[in-house]
Amino acid sequence: MSLHISADGYLRFYRTFISAVIAGLMVFSMTTAHAGTQRLTLTGSSTVAPLVNEIARRFEAQFPGVRIDVQTGGSSRGINDVRKGVADIGLVSRALKPGEEDLHAYTIALDGIGLIVHARNPVVSLDKQQVVDIFTGKITRWNAVGGDDARITVINKAEGRSTLELFLEYFQLKNSAIRPHVIIGDNAQGIKTITGNRNAIGYVSIGAAEYESRRGVPLRLLVLDGVASSVDNVRNGNFPLSRPLNLVTASAAQGLARQFITFAQSAQVHDLIEAQYFVPPDAD
Amino acid sequence: MQTDRLLAWILRIGATVAALMMLLILMFLLFESWPALTGLSLIRFVTDAAWHPLEGAYHLMPMLLATLLASSGALMLAVPLGLASAVFIVFFASPRLAAVYKRLIELLAGIPSVVFGFWGLTTLAPLINEWHPPGASLLTAVLVLTLMVLPMITLTAYTAFVAVPDALLRNAAALGLSRWGMIAGVALPAARNGIVAGIILAAARALGETMAVLMVAGNVVQYPESIFDPVRTLAANIALEMAYAMDDHRAVLFVSGLVLMVLVMVLSALAGLFERHRHA
Repeated sequence: MSLHISADGYLRFYRTFISAVIAGLMVFSMTTAHAGTQRLTLTGSSTVAPLVNEIARRFEAQFPGVRIDVQTGGSSRGINDVRKGVADIGLVSRALKPGEEDLHAYTIALDGIGLIVHARNPVVSLDKQQVVDIFTGKITRWNAVGGDDARITVINKAEGRSTLELFLEYFQLKNSAIRPHVIIGDNAQGIKTITGNRNAIGYVSIGAAEYESRRGVPLRLLVLDGVASSVDNVRNGNFPLSRPLNLVTASAAQGLARQFITFAQSAQVHDLIEAQYFVPPDAD
Repeated sequence: MQTDRLLAWILRIGATVAALMMLLILMFLLFESWPALTGLSLIRFVTDAAWHPLEGAYHLMPMLLATLLASSGALMLAVPLGLASAVFIVFFASPRLAAVYKRLIELLAGIPSVVFGFWGLTTLAPLINEWHPPGASLLTAVLVLTLMVLPMITLTAYTAFVAVPDALLRNAAALGLSRWGMIAGVALPAARNGIVAGIILAAARALGETMAVLMVAGNVVQYPESIFDPVRTLAANIALEMAYAMDDHRAVLFVSGLVLMVLVMVLSALAGLFERHRHA
């Protein structure tokens, strides 16, 4: 193939090229003109990020001249970025682990992890041992726990997710002992997989699951060891499989970061926390 | 002439930047995977018991195999379909139908991969689950990949067929060959190199496809025993775990990126070889 460009074509090429350069310069100068605004960068857990996004929007409305960037990538990224100084605040959806004592954590909300199945699955409740047996492949059919005669599809989370860590810790399992059929990334993918598979079982944030099921998505939160997986039970501390959602800083928070954390912990944002089906920590 | 020279320089600079970018990416991959390449013995990627990075087990082979299986499976379906579509457009369809059909195929090429993935996750995987659970499987990945590379193969084959000199086809007709005899005996051999180059490019696309595969393949790291078993490809592994990985785990993910890149480089070198034959 050969390329033919007429003189007219050249001219058009130059015009486009030059206007592109000018547009680029304009964008560049606009961004530098805003250098005077204060910026706050938050990265981390995909569970915490949507909530913090809402809080950030309200914070920006109250304090013009502040720009808050929220990026997701998991709790580990939140920890990493704060240590490297890439982010001002890390979003971490678990308590700090041993080896992370150098960081400062500020709890803004609580979240529970609930086991979910398809709404047409007759099983409503499982105990701890049954869950362990299902996830380690000792129980492979639903009729062993009072359900249909169908093969169980076990949905697990990818390595590194804090939901997985909390799940493993609570059931005292190693990830290598779990025999999954599907491995998912975020909560949304888990919920989509469950709604597409009547015989699947998985675990996601109770907040996300309760929100989706109220919107009519066909899924059900299982009763675990006799305790219903609900936001209410997370709030009153009865639900065992729960976690704090933390804002994490490298040193004791100062300045703008301090201001934002105080705001996120204040009663001014409780409606936002509850709108996402999380629980304000000082509610009980 | 002044403008000619100016344009030549602009193009030269643009081309250099593009080439440098490629080299930089390669160097970056090497740099990031260096801790794993030097710190862990390479044999561990083959001999470790499984892929459990948080427990220090880095077995990459099931994912490499899954990547190759998913791509070759997709090609096995997409090559005959794509060739048939191209032959149909060039030799059988009426001009108007050919134009509409070609536009449709081009549209298929333009659908973002995440849309294919979403469709696979919400429609295709549940369907296959009814047939043989868990639904998210090698088969689902193959089917979604097939849809994604099909337009590529069709359009490159179409271009190759159109490039076959009219004289050849007219001579074939003059010799009294049937339409099928002309296609199989003249057009296909004449267009072969172009078609093969297109298939290789499609293979590269299939190898590197991430989002769609991540959503439908099930992502369990294992050697599949049947096409209904879930698998995890190298690209999906990087997307699933990179944001959460640290230290050795992170470096090993870059190693898998490097492996993927080498695979694609080999394929593109092959494509280049065929391309050269075509022009020779």
